[in-house]
Amino acid sequence: MTPMATALAPLVGQVEIHSRTGENAPCQAQQGKVFCLDWAIDNFDRYTTPLLNQLLLVLIAVAIGFVVAFAFAVLSHRQRWLIPTFTAATGVLYTIPSLAFIFLLLPITGLGWETAIIVLSVYTLQIIYRNIVAGLNNVPPESKDAGRGMGMTDRQLLWRVELPLALPEIIAGLRIATVSTVAISTLMVFANVNTLGQPLYQQIDFKTNIVIAGGLSILMAIVLDVMLLLAQRLLAPWRKPSMEAMT
Amino acid sequence: MSAAFHLGLLNVFGDAIDFIFNQQEARTGQTTVGGPDQVFHLTGQHLKVTFLALGLAVLIALPTGVALGHFRRGEAVAISLGNAGRAVPELALIAFVAAFIGVGLLNVTFALAVLGIPPILTNSYVGVSQVDRNAVEAARGMGMRGLQVVARVELPLAVPTIMAGVRTAAINIIATAALASLAGLSTLGDLILGRNVYGDAGVVAGAIMIALLAITLELGLAGLQWVLTPRGLKVARAGAQARSRQEPRPWMRPRTAPGPRP
Repeated sequence: MTPMATALAPLVGQVEIHSRTGENAPCQAQQGKVFCLDWAIDNFDRYTTPLLNQLLLVLIAVAIGFVVAFAFAVLSHRQRWLIPTFTAATGVLYTIPSLAFIFLLLPITGLGWETAIIVLSVYTLQIIYRNIVAGLNNVPPESKDAGRGMGMTDRQLLWRVELPLALPEIIAGLRIATVSTVAISTLMVFANVNTLGQPLYQQIDFKTNIVIAGGLSILMAIVLDVMLLLAQRLLAPWRKPSMEAMT
Repeated sequence: MSAAFHLGLLNVFGDAIDFIFNQQEARTGQTTVGGPDQVFHLTGQHLKVTFLALGLAVLIALPTGVALGHFRRGEAVAISLGNAGRAVPELALIAFVAAFIGVGLLNVTFALAVLGIPPILTNSYVGVSQVDRNAVEAARGMGMRGLQVVARVELPLAVPTIMAGVRTAAINIIATAALASLAGLSTLGDLILGRNVYGDAGVVAGAIMIALLAITLELGLAGLQWVLTPRGLKVARAGAQARSRQEPRPWMRPRTAPGPRP
């Protein structure tokens, strides 16, 4: 954290960063060269910390977002009036651009992991919530009747029938939330968190660097997406993951 | 949460408002910053690049998505483009365009449009291809040709879905326009990324302005959607809501299975 903090602290402006050549000089000098493999192999270790930080940030943010959204979804399953209220509230929050969100929190929580986690988890709320609610609404009435016929209480019905049947939608929401959180988390360099945005921002005119940092971020999104897809196949084998488009 | 904390909080936001309305000396001295002239100039720049990029994205993605949806072709491409678009890190995209293509208004517009295309294309495809087949058949039966069907039946019925995509694109674009200063274009992002010149007041002022712009744009597009949505759809939706309100509460529903149907 510390070298990163000093590197960023005053956000010393792009002037100094742009004129920084130094160790990349041989690679950067080759104008038009898109990717320097030698440099990438030699310097790959400088991406490990940002990569792990970003992964951790995404996991924490999505987990918090899921817990909050899940609680509200289960609550609004009984209190239907909560649905438009919560959707509208999270919709407004979702509209605030992430950079603006970070710096609106600056006077309140300062910069750092706390701010980054708040911003990222707030963005996940709407999509996860909407999908859980949609999943619960799509449970066939016959299944619920069957559960009731077996003498289940409302609580048992929720946990044993409705939620399991809503799993495909719930995981679809998690996938969308995770993928977009990975993308936005690169911007958390502006909240002083050393994510993949850090190398990106530090040498923003160095092509090899951009390809590696951007590529790693996209790769992380793909890997997490595939893992969630596999989880859905395991947990809800009765339904093929749909290619639904939700925006 | 002491009183001093609250006072400090108020101070920063107060200073930010002050920054918007009153010119003041820069943190670095020598020059003045803030005030309506600078803030509104940057706001104008921010809006300009946002609308250019959104317009370009709509121009490219809407006809493509509608055509794919009309002919029901290329579902895999249309849907996975929308999914892939979400994985693109905005910062990397701006850096990529600046380093590989170039800086300035045109290139930034292009980069932002790339961000806006996936949601609009996917939603246009989904919206048009999900239009009730019976409605399309009825239109054909009335003697409408392909383009007439698109313009008079499929597009109007797809408005809510298409506009949802346009709104997502608009949010992405207006947010990422703040990074345009990394590609040599002054927007409100200048204030946010130049903390050493503008100070905390300038940074928070920039954040306030960007958030206000985004919310205003979102409200404007929601209004546009309301205007564009055919009255029939609105009536149908209101009816559906009224019906769902009349549904018996879960605890009032009979717990036993209904009797045999006639």
